[in-house]
Amino acid sequence: MAADNADKLNGAEEAPQERVQPDPPGYFEGESMTRRRAFTIAAQGLGGIAGAAIVLPAIGFAVAPIFHRGRERWEAVGPESDFVEDTYRQVVFTETEGIGDAGKTVAYVRRSSADLEEEPGKFVAVSNRCAHLGCPVRFVEAAGNFICPCHGGVYDFQGKRIGGPPVRPLDQFQTRTRNGQVEVGPRFSVTNQMEPVRARDPGEFTGGIWEYLYPPRPDTFPPP
Amino acid sequence: MPKIRAPKIPDFVVPPPLRKPAKPGESGTPKGPAPADLKTSPPPRKTHGERLEGQAKEAPVDVLAWVDQRTGASGFLTGMMFRKVPKGTNWFYTLGSATLFAFIVQAVTGVFLAMFYTPSVTQAYASISHINNDVPLGQFVHGMHKWGSSVMVILIFLHMGRTFFFGAYKYPRELNWVIGVVLLILTMTMAFTGYLLPFDQRSYWASIVGININGTGPIVGPYLSDFLRAGPELGATTLSRFYAIHMLLVPGAIIALIGAHMYLVVKLGTTAPPWVRATKPKGAEPVAQLDGGSAGDGAGPAANGGSRG
Repeated sequence: MAADNADKLNGAEEAPQERVQPDPPGYFEGESMTRRRAFTIAAQGLGGIAGAAIVLPAIGFAVAPIFHRGRERWEAVGPESDFVEDTYRQVVFTETEGIGDAGKTVAYVRRSSADLEEEPGKFVAVSNRCAHLGCPVRFVEAAGNFICPCHGGVYDFQGKRIGGPPVRPLDQFQTRTRNGQVEVGPRFSVTNQMEPVRARDPGEFTGGIWEYLYPPRPDTFPPP
Repeated sequence: MPKIRAPKIPDFVVPPPLRKPAKPGESGTPKGPAPADLKTSPPPRKTHGERLEGQAKEAPVDVLAWVDQRTGASGFLTGMMFRKVPKGTNWFYTLGSATLFAFIVQAVTGVFLAMFYTPSVTQAYASISHINNDVPLGQFVHGMHKWGSSVMVILIFLHMGRTFFFGAYKYPRELNWVIGVVLLILTMTMAFTGYLLPFDQRSYWASIVGININGTGPIVGPYLSDFLRAGPELGATTLSRFYAIHMLLVPGAIIALIGAHMYLVVKLGTTAPPWVRATKPKGAEPVAQLDGGSAGDGAGPAANGGSRG
């Protein structure tokens, strides 16, 4: 009967003004969204949750080491009598454990000097990591300077930059004395005024506004 | 300078839709004797062996036809391999394929190196020494991978230079330029991460310098270098992290993007070199040799690019 009517009305003047849409499956009076739309939203939401459950842990796994601060590590590098005020003694110690020789680093250690207005009775341990891009610097006894082989960075006796591309003085390690042995501990960086700040990577400025432009990483230790 | 004519492509190589139509009065097959009357002189019966032989000869064609019927690959391959290229196409246009070939060499040699390499801080250097000194042809394969990486970087730069100087990055090929730049960055990432893997003095210090260069970027720099090192110092996790990036993450991205890059090359066609002048289309001059109608879908823009110059 309906088909007959449709055939008769096809193209005739008395065609109905608007076509009556059949109710979609599952329709009921007063529904706020169609069944199809509800299922679409539910399926996409579940898919999003499933995707996040896989992706978020993976990202966290890759990024988490940034926020992991290791154990504070101190290592004895020799008796107090080994170190003098006017020159450095090279010591090798482990900075990262568990990876053999690759985890070792070099520090140049001396007694603090009254001539340089340093606190007496302490020890200074200067890192050999160049503040430009991290090459190993060498203390040249004759010149009394630290010199970097890679790009020609030069530092004075205290580790302040006096030439070449480095952006700040050489890093230092915290020192302490235990049972007559000098021990070196966590690394810290210094500003151009030799104020200690938290350790920064090479190539990053310290002091003033640079403290905000190169924020300290969460895994570094507070300065002494 | 006399131009050397390219040899004519034999008819049986050209797929039927692209074949030059026979001129009227000239049939494609050579004229032979008129077909004999089948009733008076039937063709000789074939023996069973002869029939089997005939079927065996048809087998490769049958297999290809079976695949083609289910994939439609022949239409795609015909459009891709017999697409038109503009006048003036020259050797500079092979730099992209050369880069692709360099990548394939890196992929193949890399797979075989991975069979002997150990991504551990204490064993990496020893395993590379083992490859170089003990494994048969190990030094050769390692050398191919080591020098091949430089070759790939050089070739990708030359390819980019060709695209730039020929103006081939312009509309409608901007997206392909963008994909190419991403491929360039990924290639540099491969070179950087691969450099650490032998874990000798050179690669150790070079990676420290490279990571610290990353760290000089304000605000994000310290976090970026920390992410690359996976900690405050270069160590065991750094090596395995670089290994994973070098082996799994970047190669997959490169393969996917090469696919997109080549799809766009086939879709949009190549450009003519800038010194080729645009020629006026001469009315209904038939497109030489090829039947434009059937190959038009894949090759249309190429032909336009050629005439636009």
